[in-house]
Amino acid sequence: MREIRCPEIEAALERLFIEANTELCPAVKERIEEAVTQEASPVGREVLEELLANARIAREERVPICQDTGLAVVFMEVGQDVHLAGGGLSEAVEEGVRNAYKNGYLRKSCCDPFSRINTGDNTPAILHTSIVQGEQVRIVVMPKGGGSENYGEARMLVPSEGKEGVKAFVKEMVQKGGPNPCPPIIIGVGVGGNLETSAILSKEALMVPFGLRNEDPRIAELELDILGEINRLGIGPGGYGGTTTALDVHIKVIPCHIASFPVAVNIQCHAHRMREVLL
Amino acid sequence: MEIRRIGTPLVEEEIVRLRSGDKVLLRGYVYTARDAAHKRFANALAAGEALPLDVSGQIIYYCGPSPSRPGRIIGAAGPTTSSRMDVYAPTLLSIGLKGMIGKGKRSEAVRGAIVRHNAVYFGATGGAGALLSCNVLSYEIVAYADLGPEAVARLYVRDFPLFVINDSLGNDLYETGRNKYRTA
Repeated sequence: MREIRCPEIEAALERLFIEANTELCPAVKERIEEAVTQEASPVGREVLEELLANARIAREERVPICQDTGLAVVFMEVGQDVHLAGGGLSEAVEEGVRNAYKNGYLRKSCCDPFSRINTGDNTPAILHTSIVQGEQVRIVVMPKGGGSENYGEARMLVPSEGKEGVKAFVKEMVQKGGPNPCPPIIIGVGVGGNLETSAILSKEALMVPFGLRNEDPRIAELELDILGEINRLGIGPGGYGGTTTALDVHIKVIPCHIASFPVAVNIQCHAHRMREVLL
Repeated sequence: MEIRRIGTPLVEEEIVRLRSGDKVLLRGYVYTARDAAHKRFANALAAGEALPLDVSGQIIYYCGPSPSRPGRIIGAAGPTTSSRMDVYAPTLLSIGLKGMIGKGKRSEAVRGAIVRHNAVYFGATGGAGALLSCNVLSYEIVAYADLGPEAVARLYVRDFPLFVINDSLGNDLYETGRNKYRTA
């Protein structure tokens, strides 16, 4: 049994959210640099260049990459041989988020759904925990903006729709969003489980590294097929027209009920902000 | 690609020369307002009250900046999705608003009002809030301070990089751009 103190988790969350919001992941930067060389539209290339300049300014001046510094999404894998001491885990997460958004000059974008009154400190966080083997805690943070999240959906398809149904659903969501979710986008698809697990799975799919394909070759093929079709839609960077509409598509699959075919699509903007730590 | 340097307040002779797809470098004052501020504008107009700013000839920027670090003028200041303001925009255009800056498609009603009132809708690059903040030279809250990031602020911008999306002739860059590169 290893002891990890909650104040350590709180401090890690504060640091991770500030870093994620001001320093674009190197992998995203590289992917956009690659896209500049491939984009057919001059306006599209200009938008991609703006994004690279934006990332540089954000890092150098410690300004958020985007003013929408998101809801604070946290995925935490807690080893079953870990003893969390020195306070409550949920409280530590909330405090870490609160400190990050205050001390990092991040925008507080969380409000009551009906009154629309801001909670003032960007809490509550969206916390997903799972118990795994071992004596470590892995924390992944993903501040997620509203513009891209608004074009996500979990839907119960009919089993006979199969891969074509998934493809049509993704295309429908991308076309519905058009310029709104800040293309070039990243697409996470969760297939299987039930209504809520498909949605969480779609978010986890966004955490898969660029270019890493599903280990099932049939699903890997579907990912590339959908990516190709999306990039032929013409939406392009900023939605101004072009050949780079999506940077990648990731599909995660788990078994589902014999009567069901749950599919969730989660769209991420080009400002794909993510950081992780292993404690 | 045509690059045009224009200033605020906007004048109709200049607006009608702008074409969808033009790159614009904007100079002058713009006013930020998002959902909550627009709702208050609508409530004020419905009650026959004056708005906290005279929108005549002005540009509203759909933006809720992040807080400013000490020593900086503003935090990240990119556009938010414009469609949430679609329900309010035609009324503001009818009382003299001439320009809007945001990101994303507008409704048919807004596109129609843009043509009818010789107005213009500009796109700023979404997710480039750090870059855009460098072109903001002053920031001052002018109304609804209680709304926090959604307060109405007056920004002075210089060389603020925009693309004309919807022009006064009814063209739409989101349509023409997509159709030009669409192969599926």
